[in-house]
Amino acid sequence: MNWLYAYMPIAGVHIWWPGLVILGLGVGIIGGFFGQGGAWMVTPGLNVLGFPMAFAIGTDIAHMAGKSLISTMRHAKFGNVDYKLSLIMVFGTVGGLEIGARNVMWLERMGKIDLYVRCGYLVLLTFIVWLIFTDVHKLRLKERAARAVGQPVDPLATGIEWYKTLQRIKIPPVVNFPKAGIRCSVWLPIAVAFVTGWMAGVLGIGGGLIRMPSLIYLVGCPTHVAVGTDLFEIAVSGLYGAATYSYKGRVELMAAFIMLLGAAVGAQIGTVATKYVRGYGIRIFFGIAVIGCDLSVLCKVIAAASPSLKKVLDPAAAVLILGLVTLLSLTIVVKFIRGVREELALKAEQLSAVEAIR
Amino acid sequence: MGTSARNAVVCAIVVALSAPLLRAAEKATTVVIVADSRHLTGLRGWWANLYNDSHLYFAIVTVLMIPLAGIILGTVADRLMALIGIDLKSRTLRES
Repeated sequence: MNWLYAYMPIAGVHIWWPGLVILGLGVGIIGGFFGQGGAWMVTPGLNVLGFPMAFAIGTDIAHMAGKSLISTMRHAKFGNVDYKLSLIMVFGTVGGLEIGARNVMWLERMGKIDLYVRCGYLVLLTFIVWLIFTDVHKLRLKERAARAVGQPVDPLATGIEWYKTLQRIKIPPVVNFPKAGIRCSVWLPIAVAFVTGWMAGVLGIGGGLIRMPSLIYLVGCPTHVAVGTDLFEIAVSGLYGAATYSYKGRVELMAAFIMLLGAAVGAQIGTVATKYVRGYGIRIFFGIAVIGCDLSVLCKVIAAASPSLKKVLDPAAAVLILGLVTLLSLTIVVKFIRGVREELALKAEQLSAVEAIR
Repeated sequence: MGTSARNAVVCAIVVALSAPLLRAAEKATTVVIVADSRHLTGLRGWWANLYNDSHLYFAIVTVLMIPLAGIILGTVADRLMALIGIDLKSRTLRES
């Protein structure tokens, strides 16, 4: 079965290449659906497949840029990408990332940075989970109240509406973002991007996990537009990351290409699946993914605190993440298949009705 | 021997002993990971040699290849998806 193993010329390791395709497919589906790069899923996956950690991170970032571009292309055709908003946010993100990275170096000199960073990450992820499910709960209450008085529910209604308060702060220049349907001060998305970029820089993550909910709750993007816009930003920042990591010699392009084969298909499935799922469906799925990520970080924090448990908890974290990726991907594929079937059936019905009239 | 003279001798010994370590540390910072291209031929051999010759060119080619591969694969996958027969140009924006 030697043909199932490909030699990676830069990393110098033999890798089971179907694993790369499967990983690419899974993260393509999830990334296209949530608007994420998915570093938290791919890096442990590549590590499990046999890549040294430095190559796992670099290869993941390189693949992330290509995969996000594929998803962005598809989302753009649906009208889910606000390029203007995304390009404005890139400035804030890059500034925040740079300052975050410098803060990390400063913290490193103080020592024990790993534990602080992981604890900070844990708190942030827990906060995002709380935010999403509180939002879902509030919307349900609004829906119930509307039904009680016999009023129709606004299809664009949301639970938590912090963005409404933030959008009222009209520091000039005030800009229109037509795709997102937002009118706000240009400083709002820049500030949000700066803060999320800074957090991503300090925590050493891509940032999609923080930026997507921020676009929804702080900027006020509809969920689908938040997903598409975030993906475009990930493609741009991922390319920057690919440049720096490949310059440091830590990218295995061959592996990134093999992953892209799976990701190209996965990204299409994940992106088209958003068409059949309502905004809050995406938010709930996202919340579940963040819970998984949160638990895996918790495993690492406990392992760091008590090294005797490290042998058990490190593989447990990897299994948890890969299991979650598999489960979420399969669920999204099922949603996609159901949606396609229903749409085709509806199309056939309409066609037969037209023919009957003739 | 006075205290200051003793301190000077100790410092000299420490410096003399640590000099090889400092030189090793200098060398360690310039260590470069090399791709083993001896048994590689064709495209993989060229790629490994490019990596060994210049990380700058390696980075430039990587940054050009990634979006190119993304666009090509994305276009192919898009065409394949269109074969299913669903509407791929519009969606209804709905939150709840």
